[in-house]
Amino acid sequence: MRAPLSKYIALAGVAAAISGVFLYAGGFFGNSQLTAQEFVNLQQGANPHAGFRRAHAKGFCVAGEVRSNGALAEHSVAAVLQSTTTPFIGRFSTGGNNPLAPDLSSPVRSLALSFSESPEQNWRIAMNTPPVMAVATPEAFYAQLSALSPDPATGQRDPSRIQAFFQQHPESQTFRNWSASYQATGSLAAEQYHSINAFYLVNSAGERQAVRWAAVPKTQVASNPFAEQNDALRLELEAQLAQAPVAFDWQFTFAGANDDENNPTQLWPESNEQKIAGQIVITRIEPDSACSEILYDPLILPAGVQATADPILRARSAAYAESYRRRAREVAAQHAQ
Amino acid sequence: MNNPAQFPLSARIFHWGMAALIFSMLLAGLSMVQTLQAWHAPIVAAHKFFGVLALIAVIARLANRFRFKSPALPADLPAAQKLAAMVTQALLYICMFAMPISGFLMVSASGQGINMLGLFTLPPIGEPSLVGYSFFRELHAITAVLLMLLIVMHVTAAVYHGLIRKDNLLRSMLR
Ligand code: HEM
Ligand code: HEM
Repeated sequence: MRAPLSKYIALAGVAAAISGVFLYAGGFFGNSQLTAQEFVNLQQGANPHAGFRRAHAKGFCVAGEVRSNGALAEHSVAAVLQSTTTPFIGRFSTGGNNPLAPDLSSPVRSLALSFSESPEQNWRIAMNTPPVMAVATPEAFYAQLSALSPDPATGQRDPSRIQAFFQQHPESQTFRNWSASYQATGSLAAEQYHSINAFYLVNSAGERQAVRWAAVPKTQVASNPFAEQNDALRLELEAQLAQAPVAFDWQFTFAGANDDENNPTQLWPESNEQKIAGQIVITRIEPDSACSEILYDPLILPAGVQATADPILRARSAAYAESYRRRAREVAAQHAQ
Repeated sequence: MNNPAQFPLSARIFHWGMAALIFSMLLAGLSMVQTLQAWHAPIVAAHKFFGVLALIAVIARLANRFRFKSPALPADLPAAQKLAAMVTQALLYICMFAMPISGFLMVSASGQGINMLGLFTLPPIGEPSLVGYSFFRELHAITAVLLMLLIVMHVTAAVYHGLIRKDNLLRSMLR
């Protein structure tokens, strides 16, 4: 009653096939497309800073509230956009993977907001100073970051690589124009922060409107009084908050008929309709623990706001989750010691 | 003593329905954590929704399991293989509970609820916590690996019975 060898081979084939499907899905035979893990590896660099965000590592938590005037209520059912006041936990940060970098060394400044009044209304927002991206896909963004990262041998950036990259990517022209004209201010309170990616507002009739938004400053600060210090921006904001809350207008720009909401490299015309939803008011600085567990994933959206198909926007979630997983694991390991 | 020749219809529906569900959940989970493509968000939303369904299904399945007498393993099966079969089955059940529970608690620990296809939102359990997130996130990943190993063993053993031993075991779940 011994079965023939061919049946044992068939049996082995079944086991190999199932294992193969799992291994393939798990990426063990490599991936044809760029992965979140590869992206975060590049962002964190050769010496990751344990327990910190892999991007925008340097920063601090703040608390405040959005005072909405209800001007956007006809376009979105989101609770924050109704005529009401909603508290948030925010985070100011600067670009880069080094949590100890001097504040004034980074070309990018950021403001992130987390509304968590109720699970349905969770809304995470992460905004940067540039109004556009240089490129339109995660693959091209990866190539951009690679071109910008210092040569491991010399520790220096390679200008010829950077130039070559921008030449291959003419869509980066709008970004480069902005970069050339942008003058960093002396304060986090004086910067303008952009959603960059577009989102849809959805009203009670189910109508969708593509928008971008920005936090528009209400003060001007040309130079930073703490410029010699590592935490110059934080110190300056602390000094301002000791006097009064810091406010921004929350400005929404509506896509026009010819604007492509899925392309984050293009500016929309200045003539587009704009509405101020209200004010983003920062009241105080909070300890690091207030926002360390917050994942400012821009695809955590409330009812009334939806993601566009912008490939950059869609790529962010998986990378943020991978960074979150890594820093959570490191914090848990530190905690266990 | 009566020994049924096959599993009742309810058990076979649970078995094959959940096999398809869990297999899809594993493949979706493995690929979605890597992808930067636009389908990431809808697949994650579906993964959470069907993951909650899988938890409800495994509770119902276990309850159903006590309502009938399973066909006995072939009498001539060596004791070691019988033991292996029972251990695998018990571990499969443990994993079928641990997967969705760790998934739910991981999402909870990151401060989010679970949106059930836009119909309603299951609120998070407990306070947001990085340490808690890490525990359940890694548990989700480790349990997934264990579950995949068990599935390979389970399927291989079933095909071994059907193809080589030619006993009644595979048939008892097929028809
Ligand atoms: C494909 C494109 C992008 C990738 C892969 C990416 C990746 C990341 C990662 C991995 C983090 C760390 C997340 C964490 O551990 O919590 C992060 C943080 C952040 N990103 Fe991005 N990012 C992208 C595009 C953008 C864009 C377009 C913006 C601005 C509109 C932006 C703004 C921010 C901000 C403000 C933070 C810090 C949030 C905080 O304070 O926790 N990112 N990004
Ligand atoms: C039968 C049930 C389930 C199975 C078989 C399953 C399987 C998986 C697998 C294999 C992964 C990838 C893990 C890795 O490669 O590290 C994953 C990730 C994930 N699962 Fe599940 N899962 C189940 C239920 C759930 C439930 C109920 C939830 C939440 C409600 C959930 C939420 C998630 C999330 C959010 C991720 C991605 C985590 C990240 O982005 O880092 N899962 N799942």
